[in-house]
Amino acid sequence: MNAPLRKASVVILVLFGLLFANLNWVQAAKGEEYRTHERNAFRLRDVEYGKQRGNIEVKAAGVSTEAVALSKGTDGRLRYQREYPFKDVYAHVIGYKPVYNTASSVERFENAYLSGQSDELFTDRVRAMFTGEESAGGNVLLSISKAAQETAYQQLKDNKLGVKVGAAVAIDPATGGIQAMVSMPSFDPTQLASHTKKDADAAFAALDGDKTKPLLNRAVADTWPPGSVFKVIDSAAALEAGRTPETMLKAGPSYVAPGTTHEITNASPSVCPQDQISMIEALTVSCNTSFSRLGVDLGRDVIKKKAEAFGFEDEALTCGNLKENNGLTVASSHVGEVANADGSEDKAAMAQTAIGQKDVRMTPLQGAMIAAAVANDGVQMRPYLVERLLGPDRTSTHYTVNPEELRRSVSSDVARDLQKMMQSVVVNGGSKSAQVPGYDVGGKTGTSQNGITDNHGWFVGYAMKDGKPISAVAVFLEAAGDGGSAEAARISGQILKAVTAERAGK
Amino acid sequence: MPRLKIDSTKRRNSELALLALALLLVLAYSATVEATMLDTITPDFWVPTAALAGVFLALHVVVRFLAPFADPVLIPAAALLNGMGVGFLRRLDLDDVSGVAEAADRGAFAGVGGRQLAWTLISVILAAALLVLIRDHRNVSRYSYTLGLGAIILIMIPAVLPAQYSEVNGAKLWIRFGSAFAIQPGEFGKLALVVFFAFYLVRKREVLSLASKRFLGIDFPRGRDLGPVLGVWMMSLLLLVFVKDLGTALLYFGMFVVTLYVATERSSWLIIGLVLFFGGVFLAYYLGELVGGPFANFYDRATVWLDPFGDIDGDGYQLVQALFAFGTGGLFGTGPGGGSPGIIPEVQNDFIFAGMGEEIGLFGLISLLTLYLIIVERGLRAALDVRDSFGKLVAGGLAFTLGLQVFVIIGGITGLIPLTGQTTPFLSSGGSSLMANWMLVAMLLRISDAARRPLASGGGLAAAPGGKPAPQQLHGAETEVIRP
Repeated sequence: MNAPLRKASVVILVLFGLLFANLNWVQAAKGEEYRTHERNAFRLRDVEYGKQRGNIEVKAAGVSTEAVALSKGTDGRLRYQREYPFKDVYAHVIGYKPVYNTASSVERFENAYLSGQSDELFTDRVRAMFTGEESAGGNVLLSISKAAQETAYQQLKDNKLGVKVGAAVAIDPATGGIQAMVSMPSFDPTQLASHTKKDADAAFAALDGDKTKPLLNRAVADTWPPGSVFKVIDSAAALEAGRTPETMLKAGPSYVAPGTTHEITNASPSVCPQDQISMIEALTVSCNTSFSRLGVDLGRDVIKKKAEAFGFEDEALTCGNLKENNGLTVASSHVGEVANADGSEDKAAMAQTAIGQKDVRMTPLQGAMIAAAVANDGVQMRPYLVERLLGPDRTSTHYTVNPEELRRSVSSDVARDLQKMMQSVVVNGGSKSAQVPGYDVGGKTGTSQNGITDNHGWFVGYAMKDGKPISAVAVFLEAAGDGGSAEAARISGQILKAVTAERAGK
Repeated sequence: MPRLKIDSTKRRNSELALLALALLLVLAYSATVEATMLDTITPDFWVPTAALAGVFLALHVVVRFLAPFADPVLIPAAALLNGMGVGFLRRLDLDDVSGVAEAADRGAFAGVGGRQLAWTLISVILAAALLVLIRDHRNVSRYSYTLGLGAIILIMIPAVLPAQYSEVNGAKLWIRFGSAFAIQPGEFGKLALVVFFAFYLVRKREVLSLASKRFLGIDFPRGRDLGPVLGVWMMSLLLLVFVKDLGTALLYFGMFVVTLYVATERSSWLIIGLVLFFGGVFLAYYLGELVGGPFANFYDRATVWLDPFGDIDGDGYQLVQALFAFGTGGLFGTGPGGGSPGIIPEVQNDFIFAGMGEEIGLFGLISLLTLYLIIVERGLRAALDVRDSFGKLVAGGLAFTLGLQVFVIIGGITGLIPLTGQTTPFLSSGGSSLMANWMLVAMLLRISDAARRPLASGGGLAAAPGGKPAPQQLHGAETEVIRP
């Protein structure tokens, strides 16, 4: 039996020879390819965490800034631990930087700069090599205002209706810089950045599995029917078509669009029961019947075109760094098809679309951008978060934002008429709680039905002083029920107050 | 016999020296891991290695007295592999430990690494007990039918149990007791099956090698003698389909064909075996493509093997992560504790070689593979040298199976062959695998002791110290007569 045993031992040698050869192939010949494969990048994290990652900072009082994400030295193997001192407050804006997973928000799209790998920081790296200093990542300064963000977070969290889901956005109409961005429920990024994989995984699993989706940034990533907020767009289209705020519109307790039996009514019988109402008055009391009729009169194409001029149907919008054109992906807001099966205009759908129902869907950011365009004399600025990139030593600035015009939504004449109408809403309508003493505040509430839960509450508005826009906001409260839009208006007022107070103090 | 005594003492002393070297390497590895991962070495870092040293020394002492002529390389090689395995699993545990204080507070038996340490102690004691109980390997043949029946039952239990009691990660290879504890009966079934094959083939070898029909220039055995072979082939394919495990099927079948070939010295068995196996594999592949069902698993695995990067987030994920680990390790590795094995799925089991590969590099892995090769070739050497057919077949079968298993799993995770779930002997976490492999080492020690023991005057074997004289003929193993 020895001859076959010897042959078996040769077979084993051959099999092991194949293993040796293949290991050489995998580790030596293909090693470089596997090592540098894009999906293998996070293996380089020892190098990444051996360097101090830069801060993410927001604007505090005056010209000072405050770090909302920073890295501190540890005695562990990964030498720097990412910390988020304000926990839930800035979570959706700055995101999180986990060791074992992919980062999100600013931590994601400014990763190259924060971690010190970007081209801008090349000279810093070379200098560090020669001086022997430890090289570090660069710092990212956001357009976020600490006062506005904290007010928005606190007010939204402690809303008087006990609503758990919502969002708030504040934007500088003149530049497009985001002043506040809050999504509710929020989360604490601290545990996600834990160096202990078990803890980080557990924290992520808990948040990811939560039915209320705390990781979702509702300010930009989800859409809801805007309800009466859409009447601002109807108004803009009507003004452009030659009507004025004083033009009389047909009103009444109900309106039935051609080709349907569906009756459009008002929020309550006391709203515009009369036959005729001026357009400014119709917006102020939020008269559904007159705006539905106006929408049908103007027609689908006119309304859709105007909505697009305000940013609807924009599939490519991001909100982050203007130069790199990267950032948070903003979900596209839609008007809907408003079409019959043969493609012709569905007038019944149009009647509902004109009051922000049917298939109209909008992100809270889109809501703020409507108000911002009105306040900025009809020009909509491209929204951004990153204002400046500051080198590791804080002496060199690698980038300063150069605000960009995104589109002209309406002419400045129409914008001024819209301002007049929206201010009437706040002064004479039901949104007095949005007022900021000493400032011209305009806005529009929205209460949208979704057929499943209680009505959603919306408010979009802005504050101006001496004809100059200061801030535009949108507040959204999901399934808020009665009083939702009033509470949204009140929260908007608080955010506007925080921004104006900060500006005045400067 | 003074010469004889000196011979065995020398051999045992070199075993002790090699064992000391192996333990020193394990100790250095543990220290390096802690220095890299914790920036310091905890005061108790030596405790696991000391526990290993204690139990290996005990085994060495047992061998010194009860198998003095045994191959001196087997224990040190297995001990080094086992020690590295424990060290690496402890290193994986450290990934989940935050800070030096928590690391220092952990006992030697905490976590996966600690459990592996405990299983190692039990397994080595079991090996020692086996050497005490079995003074002559031929005695084992008395229990061949019991072992054969036991093997089939052990192997089939997981296949017939409902999935919730037998399935871990898609492979039905386990008997699960709750979620905490599971045994892999196949690991033991393998050993028992080798013993049964050896016994059966010693009885049948004349029939199988002489009675034949010549066809196409090759001698083929008679139909009735083919029965058991086809039976095992069927069993392998059933395993392939129901246990969803090509590796295990390949292992059993390879084991049987090779013992058959060794017993009969007829290469026709190899040809039949290879044709049947590859025929079965291709059939399973095409059936998987055409009808799916129970064959789909194998088809999926073959697809991943052909193009692991094709479905990088799905079926290919595991293999790609392993390849990344190997590639990142390169020639020299990132150093013990310097890699990221935690992201490789199943790194404590099937993929342990990939996890280690990142940290110890090509050179480290080649060293580990060489250790396996040493154990296998030394086992085959014992088979060559031992005088009785049963011993030859048991040693040859065990050694070859070990080598084949290493090939199947390492080949699988390096993309050489389709990936199938197998434990990596002595390295993977798990008590069943460790116990079975140390029992295998005990058998090889016993047989190599018999092989190297000088002939006593009178032609028979010198009786093992303290043992009863072994049966001169295999119990009940009279050779069958060929009827024309």
